[in-house]
Amino acid sequence: MAGESGKIDPMYQFQIEPLAQLNIAGYDVSFTNSSLFMILVLGALWLFMWGGMKRDLVPGRWQMAVEGVTGFVNNMLTSSVGPEGKKYVPLVFSLFMFILMANFMGMMPFGIVPGLHPFTVTSHLTVTAVLAVISFGTVLIVGFWKHGLHFFSLFVPHGTPWWLLWLIPLIELFSFLIRPFSLALRLFVAMTAGHVLMKVLAGFVINGLNAEAAWVPLVVSIPSFILMIGITLLELLVCAIQAYVFALLTSLYINDAVNLH
Amino acid sequence: MPQISQILETYASQFFWLLIVFGLIYFTVGRVMLPKVEATMDARDRKIADDLAAAEHARAEANNLGDSGAADLAAARTAAQAKSSAAKAKAAKDADARLGKADAEISAKIAAADAELAKATAKALSGIETVAAEAAADIVAKVSGAKVTSAQAAKAVKAVMSHG
Repeated sequence: MAGESGKIDPMYQFQIEPLAQLNIAGYDVSFTNSSLFMILVLGALWLFMWGGMKRDLVPGRWQMAVEGVTGFVNNMLTSSVGPEGKKYVPLVFSLFMFILMANFMGMMPFGIVPGLHPFTVTSHLTVTAVLAVISFGTVLIVGFWKHGLHFFSLFVPHGTPWWLLWLIPLIELFSFLIRPFSLALRLFVAMTAGHVLMKVLAGFVINGLNAEAAWVPLVVSIPSFILMIGITLLELLVCAIQAYVFALLTSLYINDAVNLH
Repeated sequence: MPQISQILETYASQFFWLLIVFGLIYFTVGRVMLPKVEATMDARDRKIADDLAAAEHARAEANNLGDSGAADLAAARTAAQAKSSAAKAKAAKDADARLGKADAEISAKIAAADAELAKATAKALSGIETVAAEAAADIVAKVSGAKVTSAQAAKAVKAVMSHG
């Protein structure tokens, strides 16, 4: 983390470094630390789900946890889309669990091993953009598949006065088209800002301890450290909330596509 | 900000690996593991619902049985009460009759005893009169030498005794 000048760069944690070069069809698809953490997320998710597949009548703790999460996503979809929402549980569940696991994986204290640092996959715009496109693309496909061109009636809400028909569809279209961007940016910004804040505070703690004057650790490091404990807990909360927001918004958008307005 | 400054060098790798990983998650976790978990939950919910229905049925049956049992119990209790009150009444009547009989016997005995006593008293009294009259006649003869008939003596004694 520490740069060569001894300064702590809070942005270094987002650096993508190739671990193995790989080229396919002229594109650089190297295996990077980002890819590594995606694979870690996949492994963690497999492990988590595997623990919940004992299929006991009376669930143990692990099975209870897995069933709690699946029941949560299931509820979310049935309450916002209705009984038809069951079809979209696999997609929303995958999105939710991937984001949740990636957020938590970025909070793991791998940094205590020298030379390692955790990487938050969801703090990258390229990743959140793909997830947002998956979510938005599903809405488009479902909408046009189910309603054909009638899907455009989404932009004319019920009860629009005739003299506003030139304006309301424009606003609706704009708010519809902005959805993938807001989905992608919200997650990206939340994760980036939280991690930068944590790294800056950690820098205060370390630099304060290294300072010459004896009063600096007392005045700077200890308060920063106490604050960091709170911020870390808050970050863990944000990890869960952002995954929830992404999944909830996706299910609301799917509701638009399935039921129109 | 590496997310933006590195975007041109890394987007292909990010897209490639994300699509692989997310595809794997969707097709293994979402399409295979998730339905199994949900099937387990559904089976459990169904089992719980079935068991609850069976329990409810058993409870209704038990309630019915309990109701008829209570009625039987009440009938048996009234029968027993009637029997016991009849027995009590009969016993009271018997006791009364026996008591009355005993009372009559005792009063008859008392009356007989009273009559005997009165007779004995009368007899004794008359005995005393005769003795007193003889004694009086004797005493008169000895004191005055006058001869008193026993009838006269008896009369005198009677007069004295009635004055008492």
